[in-house]
Amino acid sequence: MPDSMTATAVLDEPLTGAASIVNDCTIHVATVNGSGSMSSNSVLMRSIFQMGVPVSGKNMFPSNIAGLPTWFTIRANKDGWIARKKEVDIMVCMNASTAREDVEALQPGAVCIYDAPLACKGIREDVTFFAVPFAKLAGELSQDSRLRKLLTNMIYVGIVAERLGIDRDEIINAIGKQFKGKKKAIDPNVAAIDKGIEYARENLPKQHHWRIERMNATAGKIIIDGNAAAAIGAMFGGCTVVTWYPITPSSSLCESLIDYMKEYRIGPDGKATFAIVQAEDELAAMGMVLGAGWAGARSLTSTSGPGISLMAEFAGLGYFAELPGVIWDIQRVGPSTGLPTRTAQGDIFEVYYLSHGDTQHIALIPASVAECFEFAGEALDLAEMFQTPIFVLSDLDLGMNNWMSDPFVYPTKPYRRGKVLDAKQLEELGGKWGRYLDVDGDGIPFRTLPGTDHPMASYFTRGSGHDAHARYSEKPSDYKATVDRLAKKHETAKQFVPPPVIDRRADAKVGFIAYGTTDVALEEARHQLRSEHGVETSYLRLRALPLTADVKAFVEAHERVYVVEQNRDGQMGDLIRLDVGDIQHKLRKILHYTGLPCDARSITDSLLQMENDGTRVVRIGLGAEATTQTIGED
Amino acid sequence: MAESTLKLPNEAAVPKENRIGLKALDYQGGKSTLCAGCGHDAVSNQIVRAFYEMNVKPEKVAKFSGIGCSSKTPAYFLGRAHGFNSVHGRMPAVATGAMLANHHLISIGVSGDGDTASIGLGQFMHLVRRNIPLIYIIENNGVYGLTKGQFSATADEGSKLKTGVVNDLPPMDLCALAVELGCGFVARGYAGDPKQMVNILKAAVAHDGLAVIDVISPCVTFNNHDGSTKGYAYSKEHDELLHQIGFVQSYEQIEIDYEPGTVREVTLHDGSRLLLKKLEEDYDPSNAVQALQRSHKAIEDGAMLTGLIYLRPEKKSFISLLNMSDKPLWSLTEAETRPPKEALDQIMRELM
Repeated sequence: MPDSMTATAVLDEPLTGAASIVNDCTIHVATVNGSGSMSSNSVLMRSIFQMGVPVSGKNMFPSNIAGLPTWFTIRANKDGWIARKKEVDIMVCMNASTAREDVEALQPGAVCIYDAPLACKGIREDVTFFAVPFAKLAGELSQDSRLRKLLTNMIYVGIVAERLGIDRDEIINAIGKQFKGKKKAIDPNVAAIDKGIEYARENLPKQHHWRIERMNATAGKIIIDGNAAAAIGAMFGGCTVVTWYPITPSSSLCESLIDYMKEYRIGPDGKATFAIVQAEDELAAMGMVLGAGWAGARSLTSTSGPGISLMAEFAGLGYFAELPGVIWDIQRVGPSTGLPTRTAQGDIFEVYYLSHGDTQHIALIPASVAECFEFAGEALDLAEMFQTPIFVLSDLDLGMNNWMSDPFVYPTKPYRRGKVLDAKQLEELGGKWGRYLDVDGDGIPFRTLPGTDHPMASYFTRGSGHDAHARYSEKPSDYKATVDRLAKKHETAKQFVPPPVIDRRADAKVGFIAYGTTDVALEEARHQLRSEHGVETSYLRLRALPLTADVKAFVEAHERVYVVEQNRDGQMGDLIRLDVGDIQHKLRKILHYTGLPCDARSITDSLLQMENDGTRVVRIGLGAEATTQTIGED
Repeated sequence: MAESTLKLPNEAAVPKENRIGLKALDYQGGKSTLCAGCGHDAVSNQIVRAFYEMNVKPEKVAKFSGIGCSSKTPAYFLGRAHGFNSVHGRMPAVATGAMLANHHLISIGVSGDGDTASIGLGQFMHLVRRNIPLIYIIENNGVYGLTKGQFSATADEGSKLKTGVVNDLPPMDLCALAVELGCGFVARGYAGDPKQMVNILKAAVAHDGLAVIDVISPCVTFNNHDGSTKGYAYSKEHDELLHQIGFVQSYEQIEIDYEPGTVREVTLHDGSRLLLKKLEEDYDPSNAVQALQRSHKAIEDGAMLTGLIYLRPEKKSFISLLNMSDKPLWSLTEAETRPPKEALDQIMRELM
């Protein structure tokens, strides 16, 4: 290997444009899975956060423990736009197997910092390349080959931080946070950061195109992933029984919950106020949740699409026999095993109609870590109020990536435990009650819990046909009455699920409907449409199923409504079509389903094109140009 | 053939009212819809008697089942207890969840050979592994009754369906499987021997942890003909007793004076005692290897081995391993389960 490649960085041409871009850049790091780059990427992200600049970090990782390519994207944006952005400003190439395509995907003017042996320079002319001899630099830090590998990652953090002008102190703080104050881990990493900074100062050009400058947009904010947020919410929501089966991307929800519960939910007697069980599969996890809910616990499980499929039979039992329980679905790309480590919103149909026969479930759809926290408690309440499985539809992007947020607000609303009769109330009723009697006209009956000390407390729970007194029945009138009441209960739920968030603009002819993580990209797209094209749009963000009357009113109030979601078929769009009936011709679909989180520019471009040529469905492609396809929809 | 039950000295007659003031009638359930003569109905009656004699308040009991003829039976006993007829082969999960929510419940599950040995085998094995406090009864008749007589996985090799179809797969011995997986209480009974079953059931009530009871319970409609190996006639003829069983309540003052070396005495969780009188050979139910050897031999001999096959009352139940609050989890109040605001503040600070 020639010395020039290993000893010094190469700068062939000066960066274009003298003016710096401040607090607005995207950094993309390509590494090999298992190389330990997650810690260093988190440090880089956190140091930007500590500079007071809004930031997001997205991990695009393979389904693999070590060896396959993985990417991490950090976006810093002074205006708070932190959705995924397709255009990369600073690329760090550390992976030989993807270096060429990583470089080819860059936009002109980008900077590429690469591990010198990868010889990226020369792949193209319109990108500035800096070769860095990482092996040599790491070799100066440690003799231990495993440690050298880890420190290599921290060296690129030092280099990028120096290029961006991030304060060294903030990097050191971020390292302290990352390694939880453990000196043994902190010291070599700080040395690696300094190695990177020193190298960049001495070998890279003085001119810095992208800059991170201190601002004050993150003070008092937290950084957390959605799964941990959900875990905290469930803990403060009084969850007592947790069952789970490991599956990406949901495992970290229950794993976080285990950690938090052990710390905060041990009673004064030293005993746990919870039970957490790793089940043998998702069928068992679901069965345990429903058994616990039946016996009066606030129970939850967490899974992803394949687990939801396995839970289908139990979901029907929960719906028909009216059993409480909360199921978090951290959606990933299906069908089948699909892309287990990539994000999607493809389980809308599956969850809403899960199980055979006429079933409809209540589902909550958080769009932020704050809503993950809030809905975790809300779901436990709704499960007990409605005596039915409550699903929470998160996704990999929300669940596993780090998000900035205001601190969560301590819940002060008392738990709602639903309609449960105790022994005293049964005595007052003279023991006269019916498990499935709709005494209040809201479709929600009263129940008793096993163990209730009253001779009239018991009833028989079954997934087979039953009458209002829980007796076995195959009578046509009993069956119809049961499922009609369940439909009424579902109708009642519309008054209790989180309502949509509606931003109605008086002069907007078009509206957007979206949900979940599409929200961040969509809000940015609306900003782009307004500021770049003068197009004003309204926006309705769904937060739950069943759909409420707000949806139809919103569609009625606009000439065209674009439903933007992250699946191929426009599943929510179709549920809305069913819901709005005769005005469904107003609906359009913008669909993003590559496994990567949706970005704003794709939505903006799609909307402009569709407004221009009347296309009804756009399926966003991977390139800068959105590829379009019309399907035969009316 | 020897008696299956050990005659105890000073044994009192069954009283008209038990020690908590309830009558046997208070332990009855709804009317059975199974075929007349079904072994399962006999087992339901045995459950009624055992719970009555054990002075268990029915309101404290939770009944569970999967799907099948056997799984219908919780509706036919202990009507004052909550019941849960769940989905096929998944009763263990439901019962586990319920016990986590309320570990004060006395739980009994009824399953069948199809429900346990085929569709539910995975859940059954994990139930055993976890040692959930539950009396798990398998009403074993070798056939699927509710779907009209197909072989189950416990059907003996060479046994014949009514249609003449011969089973050429080996049977699954659920007791041996439970022993293998470390179950602390494994027994086999026969629906046609109520005395033995009642004693086994009483011991199961007294046991803390999972009690697996495989009960040969003939299907009069689909598996009680010539060539069937789980019918009444065949079972009676091939019943091979491990020992005679006697059960002494914790509060009973019964003096026992047997010839040394002839009776094994096991004290159960609630202080009651099981007496196992030696028959032809000395059988040690705490010896898993002997239990498996004996079980394998019985299959080779075409025998129906009954009695307490394996007993380790000291084995810790899953509930005790979880170190849960003494109060059932379902009953914990908001003050007990919502950490204070300072806790959230601390968590938030750590994330800043």
